[in-house]
Amino acid sequence: MLKGYGAVILDGAWLTLQLALCSMALAVVLGLIGVALRLSPVRWVAWLGDCYSTVIRGIPDLVLILLIFYGGQDLLNRVAPLLGYDDYIDLDPLAAGICTLGFIFGAYLSETFRGAFMAIPKGQAEAGLAYGMSSRQVFFRVLVPQMIRLAIPGFTNNWLVLTKATALISVVGLQDMMFKAKQAADATRQPFTFFLAVAAMYLVITSVSLLILRGVEKRYSAGVKVADL
Amino acid sequence: MIFDYHVVWSSLPLYFSGLLETLKLLAFSLSFGLLAALPLALMRVSRQPWINATAWLYTYVIRGTPMLVQLFLIYYGLAQFAVVRESIFWPWLASATFCACLAFAINTSAYTAEIIAGSLKATPAGEIEAAKAMGMSRAKMYRRILLPSALRRALPQYSNEVIMMLQSTSLASIVTLLDITGAARSVNAQYYLPFEAYITAGVFYLCLTFLLVRLFKVAERRWLGYLAPRKG
Repeated sequence: MLKGYGAVILDGAWLTLQLALCSMALAVVLGLIGVALRLSPVRWVAWLGDCYSTVIRGIPDLVLILLIFYGGQDLLNRVAPLLGYDDYIDLDPLAAGICTLGFIFGAYLSETFRGAFMAIPKGQAEAGLAYGMSSRQVFFRVLVPQMIRLAIPGFTNNWLVLTKATALISVVGLQDMMFKAKQAADATRQPFTFFLAVAAMYLVITSVSLLILRGVEKRYSAGVKVADL
Repeated sequence: MIFDYHVVWSSLPLYFSGLLETLKLLAFSLSFGLLAALPLALMRVSRQPWINATAWLYTYVIRGTPMLVQLFLIYYGLAQFAVVRESIFWPWLASATFCACLAFAINTSAYTAEIIAGSLKATPAGEIEAAKAMGMSRAKMYRRILLPSALRRALPQYSNEVIMMLQSTSLASIVTLLDITGAARSVNAQYYLPFEAYITAGVFYLCLTFLLVRLFKVAERRWLGYLAPRKG
């Protein structure tokens, strides 16, 4: 049915998965940095964090991808000669894609993390301090474990949106599942078949992640009392 | 590296016609999406397992796949079948604008249906019981009590969906339409100034986003005022 292109598309699916996982890892780091900035008592630092989250969330992913990919390439090639490097630099689409998606979803995650941190009762941190924990210990032993539980629904949502956004990176030339399907479609003149196959692959990825994240949520909610309505 | 204002200034007309195209795409897809979402939401709260499952499958599949894939399936994919190419719908299905609107409307209908269904399910039991006690029929209860109150309470979430849709319309530039993103891509292709081209587009989208947020704030104050916390 796929005329021998099945393996090629599976290859692309692997690249898509790598892209999604690496970008999410980067996004979590940037999201934590973002939330640390936003919750800072120093006003201009908090303002910087707010700017990052507001501006990025107000611009379409596609525009940011094009800006960072083409703009970044342009910038690199203008800066490189100043550092004594004369060859033309071509950005690796995978690395550029990871940076771009990580940067975009870091802004969304900082919003999720902020909500989660603010939902933890103040008394929790105070109790930790009263026991003589340092503020670092309070952060990692008291706040973060509770924050994870509260952030899981938002995290799940962001992960699903990010997975689907990986399809956009094919526009700047990453040979992911979408790119391979387009090539196969052009070669065989059966676009519907191949895009349907890609849709099915994405559905598998999102369904499996939903199952896994539901399990994680259950694990982190152990000991939380739920009342029946 | 200096920001080239001249290029931005001279291509502003292109951006403004792109703005019109973006707004047109947004208006069409949102209105048809909302029209389709209402019956879907009613199906999603139905107690008939088959009706409920059909609507669930639709929203699950649409929400689980990227919009770009959906757009390509409609724009490039449908042409694969001779039946489609020879049908009376072909003149429409061959147009990028129509395909983009169709894909966007299908996409937003699934998300909106889930929002409205969630809002319907969150209706306070007392409101429903009161309506039943007044002797209302099911249809009348939906028309007078459930839908008006559920649609109002769906406003905050729907405003998020509208902003997501605004951003999603940028995908239209991939199927050759000249919306704001399309304008930026053609400016970049012409002058090779990626920063100028895409930052200008970003500013346009930011302004539109802020405007929509403002509009929804006003709408919420108008229709959701009774749920706001008491002042002072």
